[in-house]
Amino acid sequence: MSGPGTPIVDTSSAPTVPARRVEELKPALLLTQEHHMCPGCGEPLAVRQFLETIEDLGVAQRSIAVAGIGCYTSFSGSMDVDLVQALHGRAPSVATGVKRMLPDALVFTLQGDGDMVNEGLQEVLHTAARGENVTCILLNNGVFGETGGHMTATSVIGQRTKNSLDGRDAAYHGYPVLIGDLIAQLQGAAYVARGSVHNAGGVARTRKMFKRAFETQLRGEGFTFVEVLTMCPTGWFIPTADGPDYMHDTLGEVHIMGELKVDGRVRTTEELHAENVAKQRELDEQLARGGIHKE
Amino acid sequence: MSEPSVREPDSGVREIRSRGTVTIDVEHCKGCELCIPACPPNVLSMSTPVNHMGYRYPELHPGCTGCAACLLVCPDFVFEVFRFEQPVVTEVPA
Amino acid sequence: MTATTATSQRVLMEGSEALARAAIVAGCRFFAGYPMTPFTEVLEHFARLLPDAGGACINAESELEAVGMAWGALATGARAATGSTGQGLSLMQESFSEITLAELPLVIFNMARGQQDYFQATRGGGHGDYRHIVLAPQDVREGVEHVQLAFHLADKWRNPVLVYGDYLLAHTQEAISIEPMVFPVLPAKDWAVNGSRSGTGRSGAVTSLGVGKVGQRALGQEGKAQYIATKIPYMEREVRFETGFVDDAETIVVAFGSPAKFVKYAITQLRAAGNRIGYVRPITLWPFPYAAVADAAGLPSVRRVGSFELAAGQMVDDVRIGVAGRAPVTFIGGVSTDHSGFGVGRMLDVEVIADRILALHLDRDLPVIPGYESCSYELQEHQA
Repeated sequence: MSGPGTPIVDTSSAPTVPARRVEELKPALLLTQEHHMCPGCGEPLAVRQFLETIEDLGVAQRSIAVAGIGCYTSFSGSMDVDLVQALHGRAPSVATGVKRMLPDALVFTLQGDGDMVNEGLQEVLHTAARGENVTCILLNNGVFGETGGHMTATSVIGQRTKNSLDGRDAAYHGYPVLIGDLIAQLQGAAYVARGSVHNAGGVARTRKMFKRAFETQLRGEGFTFVEVLTMCPTGWFIPTADGPDYMHDTLGEVHIMGELKVDGRVRTTEELHAENVAKQRELDEQLARGGIHKE
Repeated sequence: MSEPSVREPDSGVREIRSRGTVTIDVEHCKGCELCIPACPPNVLSMSTPVNHMGYRYPELHPGCTGCAACLLVCPDFVFEVFRFEQPVVTEVPA
Repeated sequence: MTATTATSQRVLMEGSEALARAAIVAGCRFFAGYPMTPFTEVLEHFARLLPDAGGACINAESELEAVGMAWGALATGARAATGSTGQGLSLMQESFSEITLAELPLVIFNMARGQQDYFQATRGGGHGDYRHIVLAPQDVREGVEHVQLAFHLADKWRNPVLVYGDYLLAHTQEAISIEPMVFPVLPAKDWAVNGSRSGTGRSGAVTSLGVGKVGQRALGQEGKAQYIATKIPYMEREVRFETGFVDDAETIVVAFGSPAKFVKYAITQLRAAGNRIGYVRPITLWPFPYAAVADAAGLPSVRRVGSFELAAGQMVDDVRIGVAGRAPVTFIGGVSTDHSGFGVGRMLDVEVIADRILALHLDRDLPVIPGYESCSYELQEHQA
């Protein structure tokens, strides 16, 4: 048995025996690894995946980001991507203006659930319905993180936040908006997916969603949407190590992971559930064998 | 969770085979511990000492497969992942 | 006549169309708007004309989204505009503030219902310290010039410029030629983003937040606010105004926009009858021509100044600031729309205006505006 009890391996520098580096410290499109996200925040996990995907697709030098307002806004400065800063909720319309002027650019928004689903609900719905060839990326942690952990339109029933201390109560606060599912119903939406970064398999699946979304945009097939469930242990008032399980057991039970709409077809909840179980097993096996094959 | 390749020879020593390794930028770790349960061969554990920010950080034990699960779940870009050309064998007391 | 072909030939067209054509001649390639009277036709004309000019016009699903779309287009370096009437511009105010901080050259059309959006235009309805240059054309011909000037000034200062029109301007048909104006050359928009610098280590950001990319010097939010605040005095150089019959005037009337043309006509008639009345017409509402008003009010002959507006009294504040006690200032305008609230109403009548100016000039009480008595507020017991 390995693990604790066995000697510690020196990890302070690259190995001296022949080896190849299979994963870089940080994406090439990230100017610095440093950021002020809380310990255990899931947002940087998503940021790495979409930045590496842009790099892999070879479209870095026509990529433009439109950032909303939230904790993730600080990545505006560290992403080596031409960027337009939008107001809270307004990124989809700004992205529309950018893409109409630069149809060959890869235009994506980066927004949180407070930004997109509260303040900016009409913006993203209209942009999707219009079939704008942009990709809206939602980092969904079910709270307003930047203001300190308040209820959003995606917070789930029972979720405790600073302004729903007894837990979200349907009778008083109403029900969460399942934004990915809502967008999938719109004809202008070509590809809609919901990923999750609660474990390595989830991160890997999320990466593939980014790739399919960007490729769909580059083919000009319409609006694409990738929602990513991310951990916010600070906003959830739980220890950081409990983040992934909490997310999987609360947000993940309501906002179902999977490719919600592919090739114009909205997939059923049963399909998604079955696929989630199968994919998790498959990815766990790949990891056990020594790594997830990146397409 | 899988086991690294372990061969138990007849002496009081056993071998642990590592197919990969990582570098860990301990000064950027914020001690979130997400990498610990993410590691399939279970070869990461949190340190006792703390870094300059006051956080404990992960330490690596023999048996890494270079699968990069730790890197995928790390919010602070702390890991680089390597795969050896030839597995590295570590002998530990049985 | 195609969209991009400017022409010296005069063609009968409504003001809304002339403004849209002028914008396209000025290089506007993006417009987004939401229908609202009396702005709707401006959107209709852009929707019809922009695609042929190689541009894009989006029927935005809300005013809020319209200004956002223009924001994105501006960030790529394109000339872009949006517009509405005052109520719709109210919805856009947060974005106006931030677009100004982001130093984007937005051109805004207010096809106003009357002149009661003066404060909104000149003080700004958004948060923070900012100013927009405001041009107030008196007719379609001047509107065509102002639209082209607006795009130039917006790029010159990297600051929004608002063109204050109204129902009359929008819906009056005039024989108009759209001739391109020539302006001094401006620097290239190297601040714009188009994706080409992504991944080079030198990517850029168009932002109101005063932050930059890692490794770039940035002002920060406070610094950015100060930077914008210190730009404002320089923009005051763009003041424009017109005066007439001022030299020996006893009474000065200040008026802007379509009503100013009526005021000027009334004054011409009153002058012909021997009344020494002159006018100052602000062409920029911001920067307001305080010096011109002060000079006129300070003439030895001047006894009184009147402010005529189709509103309850907004520009009169700026008139008072300009006059600075040199002469008494009287508001001689009034709320004036038609019964629908959209048009310009009963006060936009040369006789009505002439009567009010003459009453001011003769130090008589202002005529009661017929029908207004029944609309007057009555003080209630608990308020006495």
